[in-house]
Amino acid sequence: MTNRKIKLLLLFIIFFSSIFAQENEDCMMCHNDKELSKKRGNRIVSLFVDEGKIKNSVHKAIKCVNCHSDLKDAEFPHESDLKKVDCGQCHTDQNNQFWLSLHGRAKSKGDPLAPDCKVCHGTHQVLSSRNLNSQTNPLKVPFLCGQCHREGAPVQRQRVIHQDKILENYTESIHGEGLLKKGLVVSATCTSCHTSHFILPHTDPKSSIARRNIASTCAKCHTQIEAVHRKVIRGELWEKEAHVLPACVDCHQPHKVRRVFYDQGTADKDCLSCHEDKNLKSSDGRSMFIDYKELNNSIHQKIACSQCHSEVNPSKIRPCITIKNKVDCSACHAEVVSEYNSSIHGTLFASNDPNAPSCRDCHGTHHILDKRNPKSKTYPINVPNLCAKCHREGQKAAVRYKGPEHEIVEKYVESIHGKGLLKSGLVVTAMCADCHTAHGELPANDPRSSVNKKNIAKTCGKCHHGIEEQFVQSIHSPVTNKTDKELPVCSDCHSAHKIIRADDQGFKLIVMNQCGRCHETIAKTYFETYHGKVSRLGYTKTAKCYDCHGAHDILPVSDPRSHLSRTNVVKTCQKCHPGANRRFAGYLTHATHHDPEKYPYLFWSFWGMTGLLIFTFVLGGLHTLLWLPRSLKWKREIQKLEEENSLSESSTTEGKD
Amino acid sequence: MKKVEQKYFQRFSKLDRTLHVLMIISFISLSLTGMTLKFSYTGWAVYLSKFFGGFESAGTIHRVAAILMISVFITHIIDLFRLKREKYGSWKAMLTSPNTMLPTKKDFIDFRDSIKWFLGLGERPKYGRWTYWEKFDYFAVFWGIFVIGSTGFILWFPEFFTNFLPGWMINVATIIHSDEALLATGFIFTVHFFNTHLRPEKFPMDIVIFTGTMPLEEFKRDKPAEYEELLKSGKLEEYLVEKTPDAVIKIIRIFAWSALLIGFSIIIWIIYAMIFAYK
Repeated sequence: MTNRKIKLLLLFIIFFSSIFAQENEDCMMCHNDKELSKKRGNRIVSLFVDEGKIKNSVHKAIKCVNCHSDLKDAEFPHESDLKKVDCGQCHTDQNNQFWLSLHGRAKSKGDPLAPDCKVCHGTHQVLSSRNLNSQTNPLKVPFLCGQCHREGAPVQRQRVIHQDKILENYTESIHGEGLLKKGLVVSATCTSCHTSHFILPHTDPKSSIARRNIASTCAKCHTQIEAVHRKVIRGELWEKEAHVLPACVDCHQPHKVRRVFYDQGTADKDCLSCHEDKNLKSSDGRSMFIDYKELNNSIHQKIACSQCHSEVNPSKIRPCITIKNKVDCSACHAEVVSEYNSSIHGTLFASNDPNAPSCRDCHGTHHILDKRNPKSKTYPINVPNLCAKCHREGQKAAVRYKGPEHEIVEKYVESIHGKGLLKSGLVVTAMCADCHTAHGELPANDPRSSVNKKNIAKTCGKCHHGIEEQFVQSIHSPVTNKTDKELPVCSDCHSAHKIIRADDQGFKLIVMNQCGRCHETIAKTYFETYHGKVSRLGYTKTAKCYDCHGAHDILPVSDPRSHLSRTNVVKTCQKCHPGANRRFAGYLTHATHHDPEKYPYLFWSFWGMTGLLIFTFVLGGLHTLLWLPRSLKWKREIQKLEEENSLSESSTTEGKD
Repeated sequence: MKKVEQKYFQRFSKLDRTLHVLMIISFISLSLTGMTLKFSYTGWAVYLSKFFGGFESAGTIHRVAAILMISVFITHIIDLFRLKREKYGSWKAMLTSPNTMLPTKKDFIDFRDSIKWFLGLGERPKYGRWTYWEKFDYFAVFWGIFVIGSTGFILWFPEFFTNFLPGWMINVATIIHSDEALLATGFIFTVHFFNTHLRPEKFPMDIVIFTGTMPLEEFKRDKPAEYEELLKSGKLEEYLVEKTPDAVIKIIRIFAWSALLIGFSIIIWIIYAMIFAYK
């Protein structure tokens, strides 16, 4: 305390110690001194009270000591530290609500960010909420709440608040617009929905914004709302059966920017009065008939016509006469459409390419079904056919395509994925959209594409996660291998559309060539040894590259985790050769007899044997070649001899006769 | 004019002939199945491997044929003991007789004289029961059975053999086994075929190894030394037999022709694989 204050206090003690002083004037004697202050902690706090403000406030008729009740009957000058004012002395209900509310509970837990009465209402200057200058005037409430709940404020950042951009969204909402732009003070403000003192999270069943209560909260203002929502709730059920009905916020999201999708009163019934007619035709001859039954079975059965065909004007005889634009799905499906817009389909569509598919080309129009519905065009089993409409060889997309993948539909059907999906009916099997995404398809050379080399392991890993985990650890993964050379990805070995089971004969034989594309010499020498030779004969039970090296978890032999490391190699051999021992593992699976440096034993064995061969054949061959002409002569001599013999024999027999 | 019934000379015993037929069967089976592996890079190999019922059954055939060939070999060795006991009484007598299989001084002289004869510098040597090239073929089989057989067992039971041999010995065994086999097939189907069947005076084939008999005239011409020996000892009559019946000869010819043609095919395949398709 400053010397000055001490002097003042002493003065008070001397002159007023015996006097019973409880009037406001008594307080103001000291507290109207603008320089009256005290030290609290490290701060100097002004103890000045602006009497004018009190006189304007709602508490003007109330004595200081009524609020600062610990000063009742106290002697002035009083103790320097006073208890906090308890507003609940008078405002019992509000006080009780407050302490049960989110704010109150936070406060009692000692949350430094929790507000109390004075944060919203002020202290000596409390004004009526009807007063335009009051912080709690409806026009000011968004700013008052916004002090803490605006984007970036500590509360918004550090506490669990499920909504974001609350103020921004509110400002642009119909409520915010009404209140802030049009000055309509009856427009809903924060407290209209959340209540002033009994603010609770929506998960609390007592909360005004709890699902069961939201209808009645909205209905405080929108009393007749049930009458105009006759399609959704048959005009009555909202408050009675809130649990089975969509809550207001299901369609009208809290705080969010809302466009008025449709004008009230344009119910489907009105549309159908014309569009039920099967012969209804547009000026260019298209049928304008809407099969309402079909629409009602679609996933949009709860969506009114005018929610999609949004430019209707109910004040016209034909409300649809004002429709200028095609249905914009992004009104509801904003994220999906923005993904579509970035896809090759969307980009082409934006450039007015006549071949580009839009939403309706895949999803249809009025008869859109949930993709989980087997009849839906986008049901997994139906997707290959859907995409094939354009991507089958000869169709419009396939004709434009200049890349290496051809006959994709035919290949896919024969692939393990195609068989799984179409023959085994396994709907979780990968189909077009699983790899290419449903809405963000991009050509493989686009780095954003899900089938770009960089992303393909992740894409396959969506289903084959265990494999992906192995793969990222392997030498082929860009995570572990920092090489400039191109690393293989899933599709390099498994191909894209004609992917087959790894235990299929065809795959086993092909994959060795695929390894050989990069590992040229080592693959060649593999074919010079037993395993390779046997596999060349079309025999797949023999060890192939991946049987020894591992498939997805392939690692350099020097890595102790490798299947071929010193510790593992015998076990690897034993997979096929149960009796294998360490020496057995010394068999050179990639040996060649052409390399005297690396394999001298083999080199010299080979050349020793070759020498023997050449020697023997030269000897035998020369012998034969020399013999041949002599043998021909010899044959003639024998023939001559035989003729003579038979002549002499016949002559002797004749002679005998 | 009716030709006089020729006398026939018994050159090979029934056992010898049976063993040779079994040898042919096992040898051809071994070479065909083995070559599929050696020349696996040719289309022919894939085709043949399929013909044998796939690689695994080709391997089984190879092993069964190997056992057969070894059995033939062992039977022959046992027969040599019998021969020693019944005919010669002692090894020394047997191995020094004029009919010995061991190379003798006469063989070297015959060889020299043969070359002279080939070049027109001398008469045809008076060959005995076994000419030097026949003895060469005979011992080639011994050598082959030893080399190919032993390496073959290493390849058959690598897990056992690597208990005391280093792993790279399997690679060496592969090279030796396959190259020695190449030598054997190559030699049999060319040099042996020429020496016995294709040389003009025997062309197209000499079936004495199947019938066991040959015309006496031919015998007299071919093996004058043995003939004179028999004449001198007066034992010739013991070896004179009737001609093999025509029906039997027909069957023999069918078999022999098949073997011969398979042999030639293998040679063509080897040449193709070594020269045109070598990888």
